[in-house]
Amino acid sequence: MNLPDLIDISYLVASVLFIFGMKCLSSVKTARLGNLLAALAMLMAVVVTLLDQGIVNYKLIAAGIVIGGLIGTITARLVQMTAMPQMVAVFNGFGGLASALVAFSEYHRLGSGIGNFVLITILLGTFVGWLTFTGSMIAYGKLQGIVTQQPVVYPFQNALNLVITLAIVGMGVWVVIDPAAQPFFWAIMAAASLLGILLVLPIGGADMPVVISLLNSYSGIAAAMTGFVLMNKVLIVAGALVGATGIILTAIMCKAMNRSLTNVVFGAFGQVEASSSGAKDSGYTGVKSCSAEEAAMVMESAQSVLIVPGYGLAVARAQHAIKELADVLEKRGVTVKYAIHPVAGRMPGHMNVLLAEAEVPYEQLFEMDEINSEFERTDVALVVGANDVTNPVARNEVGSPIYGMPILNVDKARTVIVVKRSLSPGFAGIKNPLFESEKTLMFFADAKKAIEGLTKEMNSL
Amino acid sequence: MEILITALFIFILAIFVGFEVIAKVPPTLHTPLMSGSNAISGITLIGALICSGPLDYKVSTLLGFAAIVFATINVVGGFLVTDRMLQMFKRKN
Repeated sequence: MNLPDLIDISYLVASVLFIFGMKCLSSVKTARLGNLLAALAMLMAVVVTLLDQGIVNYKLIAAGIVIGGLIGTITARLVQMTAMPQMVAVFNGFGGLASALVAFSEYHRLGSGIGNFVLITILLGTFVGWLTFTGSMIAYGKLQGIVTQQPVVYPFQNALNLVITLAIVGMGVWVVIDPAAQPFFWAIMAAASLLGILLVLPIGGADMPVVISLLNSYSGIAAAMTGFVLMNKVLIVAGALVGATGIILTAIMCKAMNRSLTNVVFGAFGQVEASSSGAKDSGYTGVKSCSAEEAAMVMESAQSVLIVPGYGLAVARAQHAIKELADVLEKRGVTVKYAIHPVAGRMPGHMNVLLAEAEVPYEQLFEMDEINSEFERTDVALVVGANDVTNPVARNEVGSPIYGMPILNVDKARTVIVVKRSLSPGFAGIKNPLFESEKTLMFFADAKKAIEGLTKEMNSL
Repeated sequence: MEILITALFIFILAIFVGFEVIAKVPPTLHTPLMSGSNAISGITLIGALICSGPLDYKVSTLLGFAAIVFATINVVGGFLVTDRMLQMFKRKN
């Protein structure tokens, strides 16, 4: 067997390992092993690639891997779990950028002797790669609070995006006809980068789980395109797997918000209209507020408590405080469970990771469909920093912008305690009748301070 | 052309495999799955290695070098942070 065959067979083994790794990643018990298998597959693919006879510039390669490895290791060790969405966005962007650079490099190397097919895949990789990079950076900026979380809208937004896309297609055709037309290639890189920025800017903070999933998918597709450029099978397989994951997660997130993908990506304008009309009737009447002491007294007589965490919990970093409260409650014989909405947090499954960090056992975390029927048998629903996902309007008010969105049936619990800083609306910009319900007590405070105060009161009872 | 068709076959079938393999992932694992698959998308590192392979310092080689740095950040950071997260998932003792 000659060397190229050996390399190809190793790529096959690596591809199988990637598939097994992903399979294991979809079950809690085997997930760690799955991640390890995928990492092993990556290592194997890298090592056999280095055997390629065309690769001799070892010093340069080693330098690149050491620099990248160091930065990656340090970031992965230091990042806070609350900042996980930002980090995934950045890594995603880097993956897209790497694919774009590979496509650029191949375009340079091959010069004017480039074949049509290779050129088309280079152009596709360039387009998806740069778009993923700038889009991810804007998503990072929004999640980090550097760029406004409000949807950025201006007239003819979608028309402008369409014009840019058509321009990219036109210039792409030109480059295929005349591969030496380098300025057009640069223009395509610039236009794709611009498009990435313009596509993510109009998307509001609450829609970030969808955007991150979608960008994840793009980074995989960009890698697969690179695979086509280099005719490298393991690149194609791994890229396609990632593309598929992103698509599945995107679909789950859209379903959880009862919105179509087109509506999330292009629908920012409608959302703004909804929030401005919602602001007018945001007057609440008959809101009952409570102190830590009163809340503790209600909790004390409860036998079952359902905790509903939202983004406010993540912002206040209250995950450890909530775990402490749950421990105190359990010691008193109260059943504690967590009800988690699919889009709670800023990326799919974000809340689960935060609670896992606080050592909440994962058997106590329940997804919406499993837990919704239990609210009516629950004494106290404790809502921490969640709003729109508990709004009963989604169930019964046909005209509402969130009508039809699956929600947690918090309003069915016997008593509801809502920990929230103020009555300000959530991202949907509408009033939440839950807050003025007869059985709701509003506990106005920062989530962390509120929960800590509540725990203290419980302990002194 | 034949190579292209084979590559397309692999691409399309791999997408279907991806759908099948992770269709039933529980919500608890959405974040680790995303960061793990994100690390896998750094496979473009292979492409970067090939680009920076020749022993010269032309533009294409230097672009390959830059691609190695970014792809490695993605791969190493992605796998490490996924492991860090999965370590935290515990059952009740």
